[in-house]
Amino acid sequence: MAEMDTSSSGGHKKGPGVKKGKKLSTRVDLTPMVDLGFLLITFFMYTTTMSKPKTMQINMPFKDENIEEKDQTKIKNSVALTVLLSKEHRVYYYEGIGDNPETPPDVQVTYFRGKGGIRDVIIDKKKTIEDLKRSGQLTAKDQLTVLIKPDETSTYEDMVNMLDEMNINDVRIYALLDISPVDKEFIAATEQANEGGAAPATPAP
Amino acid sequence: MPKVKMPRKSTNVDMTAMCDVAFLLLTFFMLATKFKPDEPVMVKTPASISEIPIPDNDIMLITVDPAGRIFFSIDNKNMRKDLIEKIDEQKGLSLTDEEKAKFAIGASVGVPFTQLKSYLAAEPEQQKEFDKATRGIPADTSVLNEQNELATWIKEARYTNPKLRIVIKADGAAAYPEIKKIISTLQGWKIFKFNLLTSMKEPPAGTAAYDMKHGGAPQQ
Repeated sequence: MAEMDTSSSGGHKKGPGVKKGKKLSTRVDLTPMVDLGFLLITFFMYTTTMSKPKTMQINMPFKDENIEEKDQTKIKNSVALTVLLSKEHRVYYYEGIGDNPETPPDVQVTYFRGKGGIRDVIIDKKKTIEDLKRSGQLTAKDQLTVLIKPDETSTYEDMVNMLDEMNINDVRIYALLDISPVDKEFIAATEQANEGGAAPATPAP
Repeated sequence: MPKVKMPRKSTNVDMTAMCDVAFLLLTFFMLATKFKPDEPVMVKTPASISEIPIPDNDIMLITVDPAGRIFFSIDNKNMRKDLIEKIDEQKGLSLTDEEKAKFAIGASVGVPFTQLKSYLAAEPEQQKEFDKATRGIPADTSVLNEQNELATWIKEARYTNPKLRIVIKADGAAAYPEIKKIISTLQGWKIFKFNLLTSMKEPPAGTAAYDMKHGGAPQQ
């Protein structure tokens, strides 16, 4: 490849008396060139990015102060699941939208994890709604609606995890909302109740 | 018994093939990759199953580091130049042409307007010190607040390049209220669609997303 054939005849044909040129090998040592090649490869591997980062698209609802109350869509209590994100990656959840102060909802606490976490809660809730649809208590148009309310102590990771959970479980309707003082009370009350004895299991990392 | 004479073999190996391979790989890496953008802070984004790639151009990148400091940048040198001129005019920063040029080729900025001039005048090494010490671009939940400088950045950037897509690159450890400020600011400018930068994660088995990805309808 890199060397050319110089050893063949050619000089002899010129006949006697013609001086033969000294045969020089054209073989070049390519080792330094290989070194250089790999050096550059290493450089490019370290300084460049291969794959483009992925993004998660968020569509927030259109916020307009002029919408009248009668035009707003009301969420049925039976299809709603409210999720409160709090400190140490804790997830508090209850069924319904928690707007009736006389019957406080049953607030539960869980974590983000593969089994027995918030995912199972969402899947169970979806099944319940399907059952209700079959029995005719809900119309076919009704779908699970998840209200996500992160509080001040939650992190961005919690929010992304929760939104990701929506994608994972194919929840079509969900909203990111501000936490209300009532919800904060729920969290505090649950925390106190759990402090007594039945402390929640340690969080999954 | 006569010794069997072993022919002496040369230890020279033909490097041509290896050289070919090296340069082939080099060419591949040069074509298939692009340079890592210069970032003032290290950010570890949370993972999601989303597979939408980030758009190539017209990006407005809002970076949030673990401490909740906000950094802002847009791509495209020419747009950056237009942007800094608008900002300069509006805020009366009296930047020199040199400082504007520095902004155009620079990375994300995370200093308030009051420090912007001294930041741009500084050498790259000193700018790193600025990035360490700064408290980020001041933001607030209301766009009407004068203190909400992020709102000004976003508004002017949108005037400069209306096609901008908004990408939020935040660290998983960043506190939610900081993110809320950004989202509220975007909502204040009637931007309801934006992207969150996340790293890749496989959909877990036995879920609706897993079923959809591997063929078959989602469980109802």
